[in-house]
Amino acid sequence: MAGPAPGSTPAGPDPDEAARRRWMGVLARAGAAEIAARLDQVPPLPPHRRLRGPETGLVMARGRQGGDGAPFNLGEMTVTRCSVRLEDGTVGHAYVAGRDARQAELAAMLDAALQDPTRRDALLAAVIEPLAAAQAAAAARVAAKAAATRVQFFTMANMR
Amino acid sequence: MYVAVKGGERAIEAAHAWLAEARRGDPALPELSVAQVEEQLGLAVDRVMAEGACHDRGLAALAIKQARGDLIEAAFLLRAYRTTLPRFGASLPLETGAMRIRRRISATYKDLPGGQVLGPTFDYTHRLLDFALAAEGEAPAPAPEAPAEAATMPRVTGILAQEGLMQPEPPGDAEPPDLTRQPLSFPADRPLRLQALARGDEGFLLALGYSTQRGYGNAHPFVGEIRMGEVAVEIVPPELGFPIAIGEITVTECQMVNQFAGSKTEPAQFTRGYGLVFGHGERKAMAMALVDRSLRARELGEEAEAPAQSEEFVLYHCDNVEATGFVEHLKLPHYVDFQSELEKIRQLRATALREAAE
Repeated sequence: MAGPAPGSTPAGPDPDEAARRRWMGVLARAGAAEIAARLDQVPPLPPHRRLRGPETGLVMARGRQGGDGAPFNLGEMTVTRCSVRLEDGTVGHAYVAGRDARQAELAAMLDAALQDPTRRDALLAAVIEPLAAAQAAAAARVAAKAAATRVQFFTMANMR
Repeated sequence: MYVAVKGGERAIEAAHAWLAEARRGDPALPELSVAQVEEQLGLAVDRVMAEGACHDRGLAALAIKQARGDLIEAAFLLRAYRTTLPRFGASLPLETGAMRIRRRISATYKDLPGGQVLGPTFDYTHRLLDFALAAEGEAPAPAPEAPAEAATMPRVTGILAQEGLMQPEPPGDAEPPDLTRQPLSFPADRPLRLQALARGDEGFLLALGYSTQRGYGNAHPFVGEIRMGEVAVEIVPPELGFPIAIGEITVTECQMVNQFAGSKTEPAQFTRGYGLVFGHGERKAMAMALVDRSLRARELGEEAEAPAQSEEFVLYHCDNVEATGFVEHLKLPHYVDFQSELEKIRQLRATALREAAE
């Protein structure tokens, strides 16, 4: 990844890494309006200062030859990133597909706030989990539509 | 040689004003919104993203509107726009095996784990014009739903690999070449070829793929699998040091399975032709897979005499934006060039006349 990398990364393995990956992934898949609607349900997020962005650029999406071989460059995609710092020094980051600056900034603000153990549970419950549930429900509906188009073969033996 | 010519500014302005008017069409009709293009001309959007080599549905839809539906012009607009943006980095390779499937079919196995899932396809439609669509109607009823099994499905190539009948792909995570950074050079290795094919013109690749089936190149392909659906895109930002998902994109993947008679070092087995494109682009993915396999002729020790087996021929000509640029540059003023040609022809004719008279 090119470009300046503001903020600091805690040294060593982060026990919260899995949790953080999850909320960042959920926020990347949620629209700005959806995130904002969930934020209406919680006390205001702490004030933040923009460190970088929000700014739109490109990420080269890669595939693998044959699906499982060496990587190749498939094509670029637009991505918007944002980094913010809270007053206590916590830094939040966001990289989200597309060009929605508001989404990227909200995601970075939430990434910072969610790192605060005193806020985390409430934000997970009020923002992240409902967004994740909505995304899972949308994916389940697509899977159910796909399942309805699954071919059920009948052999002659079955038809007798 | 072309020369700068002054004096056309007003004509150009008027031409562009007329273009804008023509683009809008009859103002008595409602204007098409970009969101409508994105939602209702989705396969055009997918094609422009693939050939524009830039995934952004909204930008592709805007490009289509601006280009009045000229999809090559739209791809050109998207390519031009991408040059204005910084590159943040590259993604981890997409895990198409973990795709959330909307469509997945195999022509080699009837009963395979996960089954044959048709998805939203034109296949089996009668290709009769549907005049109901010409009338403004209500939204169609929601598509039926059925209980879904596992969200992901094993690859057909994996099934063959278990038996040792599928040539394994070279593993590794070597940094692939990028033709947006370095110009094409030959011989081009497979990652470079796949990048060029993924952004190549669908019509050109379709015709080349077709030519391999008709005998120009020794192809005996089967559709091992076509799958279309959503895959997560992950990157590792340096400030984090661990992978995060930045969203999901729709891709279409095609695995063409081809017989390979074997060589001195390798037993007879199946080999792969591979196609992967942004969006729902099945024809393109299939054509890409056919051409990918035909371009592997040399590395597999096969004869390589057909056009579709020539790296230089295919890769230098598959890019429709480049091809458009060179073909359409013929419209630019060639007045000086042509003047010299004119004089030469007149001279030759005069000489011939004189000689005939003598």
